Amino acid sequence: MAIGWRSGDGRVVPMADQARFTELAMPLMDSLYSGALRMTRNPADADDLVQETYLRAYRGFGGFEEGTNLKAWMYRILTNTYINSYRAKQRRPQESELEEVEDLYLYRRLGGLESASLSRSAEDELMDTFSEAEVKAAVEALPENFRLPVVLADVEGFAYKEIAEILDIPIGTVMSRLHRGRKALQKSLFDYAVTHGLADDPDLEGEPEPVSAATTVDR
Amino acid sequence: MNEPTEDGNCTETLQELYQFLDGELTDESREHIRRHLDDCSPCLSAFDFQAELRLVIRNRCCDEVPPSLRDRIANAIQHEADAPAWPPTGGPTGPSL
Repeated sequence: MAIGWRSGDGRVVPMADQARFTELAMPLMDSLYSGALRMTRNPADADDLVQETYLRAYRGFGGFEEGTNLKAWMYRILTNTYINSYRAKQRRPQESELEEVEDLYLYRRLGGLESASLSRSAEDELMDTFSEAEVKAAVEALPENFRLPVVLADVEGFAYKEIAEILDIPIGTVMSRLHRGRKALQKSLFDYAVTHGLADDPDLEGEPEPVSAATTVDR
Repeated sequence: MNEPTEDGNCTETLQELYQFLDGELTDESREHIRRHLDDCSPCLSAFDFQAELRLVIRNRCCDEVPPSLRDRIANAIQHEADAPAWPPTGGPTGPSL
């Protein structure tokens, strides 16, 4: 009976590990594929990226410590593969800045904190207006250094520490990029709502009243 | 329901909004915020909104792997597993299928 197989770097991947890898890693594929699509913004590249990630993960599976987060481990491989193989050909600036956007951007624009709070149903309705295509487009419009933290936190639910390890940046950087990336995403969604007549255009109504977080609500 | 407070608790609470929703606060800070939210409907409303928005983002960004890609990857891994041992001259763990 076969006991072990070679891997790309000459390491033996035991048969049991192959079964184990399949059992543990295959269910993560939708998540990694979604992440790959947001990174590459291109289905053909996402396909190749996910396949390359799975092969690398399979070959390196001996180095995975059972009991730790396999999804985070694979996301790290995905990110490294993306950075090394795919990003180079996209010819986009790696680091970008974002314009300053105030906190709670969308919420304030949609009436919260200014008028009486949005009713629950109005809020739900609003959320329904953001289609899958629009949300994806808004996420994908974020510059990469903000987009990846936002995807890892808001879509994949990774902890700050895990995101820091996946992206190999300090936790403080994760937090500040998340904060700014989320605000920019909200602005992008709001702009969409305005374009589609779902929210009032602030430019047509003069400057919105600046509202400080601590302003008492008039009710 | 109490009137919203203007004592700076709101500012402080809203500053911690994301860390709260991300589950990154200590139990103590969490509890502190919970107590404030119990008394302050504007802050609660803002928190609810952000939590809802986050759900919307999560729900809208889930893609399914095309079956063809899933098969391609399963085959690639199988191929990797079936490949001749390295070095090809055969070591102690050569293929024996």
